[in-house]
Order: sequence, then structure tokens, then C-alpha cells
Amino acid sequence: MSFILRRLAFYAVAAWVALTANFLIPRAMPGNAVQAIMAKFPNLQPAAYRAIEAMLGVGHPGSLWHQYVSYLGDVFRLNFGTDVLQYPAQVSTLLAETIPWTLILVGTATVMAFAIGTGLGIIAGWRHGGWLDRVLPGLMFFQAVPYFFLALILIEVLAVRANIFPIGQGYANGLVPGWDWSFISSAIFHSLLPAFTIVITSMAGWMLQMRNVMITTVGEDYVVAAQAKGLRPSRVVLTYAARNAILPQLQGFGLALGFVVSGAIIMEIVFSYPGIGLLLLNAVSAKDYPMMQAIFLVITFAVLISNLIVDFVIVAVDPRARTKEAV
Amino acid sequence: MTAAPPLVAEVPVLAMRPARTGRWSRLPLKAKVGAVMLGIFVLAGIIGPLVAPYDPSFQATSFSQSMHAPEATHWLGTTQTGQDVLSQLLYGIRLTLELAILVGAMATALSVIVGVTAAFLGGLWDDFLSLTSNVFLVIPSLPLLILLLGYLPQQGQTPTIIVLAALGWPWGARVIRAQTLAIRNRDFVAASRETGERTWRIIAFEIVPNEVSLIAANFVNTVLYAIGASVALAFIGLADLNSWSLGTILYWAQSATALQLGAWWWFVPPGLAVALIGTALVLLNSGIDELGNPRLRDARGSQSARPADPTPVWQQAAAPRGPLTRLAGSFSRTALLNEQRGRP
Repeated sequence: MSFILRRLAFYAVAAWVALTANFLIPRAMPGNAVQAIMAKFPNLQPAAYRAIEAMLGVGHPGSLWHQYVSYLGDVFRLNFGTDVLQYPAQVSTLLAETIPWTLILVGTATVMAFAIGTGLGIIAGWRHGGWLDRVLPGLMFFQAVPYFFLALILIEVLAVRANIFPIGQGYANGLVPGWDWSFISSAIFHSLLPAFTIVITSMAGWMLQMRNVMITTVGEDYVVAAQAKGLRPSRVVLTYAARNAILPQLQGFGLALGFVVSGAIIMEIVFSYPGIGLLLLNAVSAKDYPMMQAIFLVITFAVLISNLIVDFVIVAVDPRARTKEAV
Repeated sequence: MTAAPPLVAEVPVLAMRPARTGRWSRLPLKAKVGAVMLGIFVLAGIIGPLVAPYDPSFQATSFSQSMHAPEATHWLGTTQTGQDVLSQLLYGIRLTLELAILVGAMATALSVIVGVTAAFLGGLWDDFLSLTSNVFLVIPSLPLLILLLGYLPQQGQTPTIIVLAALGWPWGARVIRAQTLAIRNRDFVAASRETGERTWRIIAFEIVPNEVSLIAANFVNTVLYAIGASVALAFIGLADLNSWSLGTILYWAQSATALQLGAWWWFVPPGLAVALIGTALVLLNSGIDELGNPRLRDARGSQSARPADPTPVWQQAAAPRGPLTRLAGSFSRTALLNEQRGRP
């Protein structure tokens, strides 16, 4: 348990750093939401500055410490302020509409990519020099492709030309979101191509890492000993080699998560998927600062929580994490 | 007397040559392919703007030049405003590579400084620096980059480079710290400490030279990260959109709905360039990896050096029993070796 406690303390520090950065960046950087609005409407009088500030609730009264305390209180109550782009909607309301889309799509696809990539990595590492090993350079290409670019190509080939998948959006036009079958099936159908894109691009990284660790593990004496004992190959691969090779892979999963999620969110833009990515794109182009800040916090916390889940898995799988002197 | 200087000049060249080709031929194939691919793009980045056939920002006065598919006068076609895609690409490769290499150099320098400092100071400093790098590793960098750059009134190359470098060092710092901790306990470091060398001298002349391959791999990784992040940032509009980088070309293609209009020649070349540069870097890096870890090397090349399979018993055990076992067995090394020898 001390492992989980230590990790919790670490995530608390990371969350505090993210919250504080989110507090300090708007106060340290030159731009702000009011200036963005003033620039958009040149006929506004300078006197309107205070009025817009009050309207958005972005004025900074009181000392820095006072602001900091009330900021933390707001975040704790999930109050991220008023949205600039879709005024007067609350940022938290808009986020609540989009988060489920991203969570289901990116979450499922990332876990699938990890599972498939690790599985293929086990095979490639075990059959070192086999055909799977020989297609590795091709997979490296997929690893290096930006997610959104592969999405563009897949839409062009599979949606526009071949007409197999829908071009974009989260569900067919004319449907009302709800828990009926026609909507859910349409949503699943629309998520197939985006999910496929995430799986294809992020799978290669997991596979390469797993393969490399696997090759090293297969050379270990205990694996040779297991073979010499005459154990079934499936048993040697899975319970001797892969069982140990997966531990660094799990640690890497936690660290790479932020990278994968960021890429997937950019990719949503290409699909006009009604998730956080589209919200982010619009927020950036409209200089919608409250939204940008809220999205940063949401993604960061999602990644931190996923990391915590990965830690629980590590505790379950890795006996070293269960001993007292675990790091 | 007059003939002497050229002779002297020739000798080192002759002596150097065999050593160099030797080193090159000892490189793994992956590293060679990666280096050649990267070299082509670097060359394109250096001479690209000089040989670009058109001005990439050219504004056509009539619509007759817009959205041409690839043809003899425009090898990669034209954009909606009649700009030549090939010329944009050649300019874009330069800007993207410039940014990535600068970010790579700056972030790697930071990694080395932080990693070596943490390992050498130890104690509270080490705890603090390690915690900082771990925290920045776990916080997703792209949303933070977007936040930082979004607050700037104007996007440009310099702020992007600074912000990317400022967030790109933690991974390298972690790896280099671990390596430094391992090296600093070696005998040769202890020896130079005993001879009274100063700490900075030990770091600069004993520690860092022993980490060159690690630092090189870290540099390649950071360049890869910088390319990916800068292209993604430009794609969502967080770049100087009047300059030509691979990301901004993609941004303009996306905002002009090139995809829906079927103008594949507009967005495929820049994306492919990003992907190929990335592939070259990944290949180069796994080549460097193989240099350090012989086990990862291609099994085909080292076939003769490998001992014969020591377990005839196991071969019997691997004989097919049921469909599932046969499937699993076909993934085993023995099965593979049998395959290559030809079935009895």
C-alpha cells in the first residue's frame, strides 16, 4: 500500500503544479480575454474594458494570495467561469457535453492500442527475426505520422472515395442524442474510423517497446531454464517471458498517456468529432481563454487519474510494488 | 622542399578513410537508412528555398491557377490561391527542421545540466530536481503548450522554440541522471577525484564524454518531439501563419477544406514529409539502440554467431498437440529455426 500512497502524494504535487501554472500563466503572459474582445470590436470605447471584465468575471481584484485562494475554490466547485465564444454559457456546462465523447472514444481506443500493441510486441520479440520483425520499419512510419494526418488520409480513402465510413461528426445528421438504439448505433458507426486511427498510430510505439524488452527477457536464464524443463511454448511465452517483460511496458504506459491523449484530441478536429478537440480548436482561434484553461485542467486531471489506475494495475502485477521499500 | 606540404596534407586523409568507412559499415542497417533519409531532408532544407521554382506566398490574380492537380509546371499542384505546393514544401522543410534542431539542442542541453546536477549534488537537490522532472513528465505537454502560446498576442518562431525547449527536457534529464549516478561510482571517476581534479572538470571530461551516445539518442528523441508538437500546434493555428512550415501548410490546407475538395496534392506532401522525417529519426534512434544493445540486432545477421538450439527435448515438446498449442508453438524460436532449415 505504501506504493499507492507515495504515488498519491506525487499526483497531488503534480496536480498542484498544474493548478498553479494554470493560475500564473494568465497573470504572467501579455494577452487576456478582455483584450481579445476589444481587438475584435474596434469601435468599443476604452471605458468598456471594465464592463467586459465584469461581464466575463475575469477581473483580478484583491491581492495575489486572495486571488489564488478564490481560484482554487472555483476549480474545486468546477466553476471555470463564463465562456467567451458561446457567451453566456458556462465553461463547465460546455465541457460536460463534450467530455463523454472524448472519454469513450480516446479511452477505449488507447486501451485497445495498448493491448494489441503489447500482444504483437510479445510475438515479435519471441519470434525475433520473424516476419513481424521485418515489418517493423513500416510500423515506425506509423509511429512517426502525426495522428491528424493519418486521419486525413483515412477519411480521403475510406470515407470520401470508398464511402465505407462517414466523413465526420459524432452521429448522423437529424438524430437527437439519447439512449435509443438508432442514436447509439450511429454514434458507434461514426466512432469506428477515429478509433481505428488512434489504434493504428499509437499501437506501433507500444509494440516496439514491448518487442525490445521481450528480446532482452527471452535471453534471460530463467526463460532458457523454462524451455529446458520442457514447458509448453505458450506457457514459456506468456507466464515466464511476457509476464516480466510487461512491467516496464506498464510504467511506460503511464508516462506516454499524456502524449497519446494530446495527439488523439488534435485528431478529433479532423473528424469534426464533438469532443474536446473541437472545443479546443475553436477556443484557440477565438482566444477563448477561460475555455483553454479549463481544457488544460481537464486533460491534465484525466491523465493523472489514468496514471493512478495504471499504478493500481502495477501493484496487482508487480510484486516489487507490494514490498515496503518500493519506490 | 616545395613538394613537401601536399604530401603531409595527404597522409592523414589516407589514414582517416578506412577508419571512417569502417565505422559506417558497422552501423546497423536501420541507422544507415535513417541517416540517409534524414540527410535528404536536411539537404532539401538547406538548398530548398534556393531551388524552389516559385514564391510560396505568391497571390494569383485570377482563379485560372487555383487548385491544379500535379502537372509539368507545378510538380505538386497548386493551392486555392494558386500557390505552388512544391515551393511551399521546400520552404516549410527548412523552417520545421530549423525549429526542431534548435529545440533539440536547447532541450538536450537542459537535460544534461539538470540530470548531471541532480546526480552530483544529491540529497535535497536531487529530490527536488527529480520531482520536478517527474511532475513535468506526467503533465501532458501539448495542452500546456497551447495554453502558454495561446496567451501570446502574436505567434512566432522564437516563442515557440523557447516554450517547446522549456517543456522538452524532463525525459532526458531522468535518463541522464540515472546514467550519471551509475558512472560516478566507477573507478576512473574515483581515480580522477583522488588526483585532485575539480568537480566541473570531472563532469566535463570524465562523465559527459561517457554519455555521448545517450545524449545523442536523447537529442534525436527531442527533435522528434519538437517536430510533432510544432506541427500539431501550427495545425490548430498556434504558429505564425504567414510563415511557411510543414504545420502551417497543413493548417491552410485544412482551413481551405482541401480534403473535401479532393485536393490531396495539397495536404499529402507536407504530412508525408513530417512522417518521413519522423521515420528517419525513429530508425536512427533504434539503430543507436542496437549499437548499444547487441541483442536487439536483426536476428538474420547474427544467425551464425548464435549457438545451436540447446533443447532437443523442448523440440519434442513443441511437436503439435492441438490447434491452440500449434498456434502458440509457431511463435517459438525453435519452430522458426525449423522453418528456415526446411521441414524434414
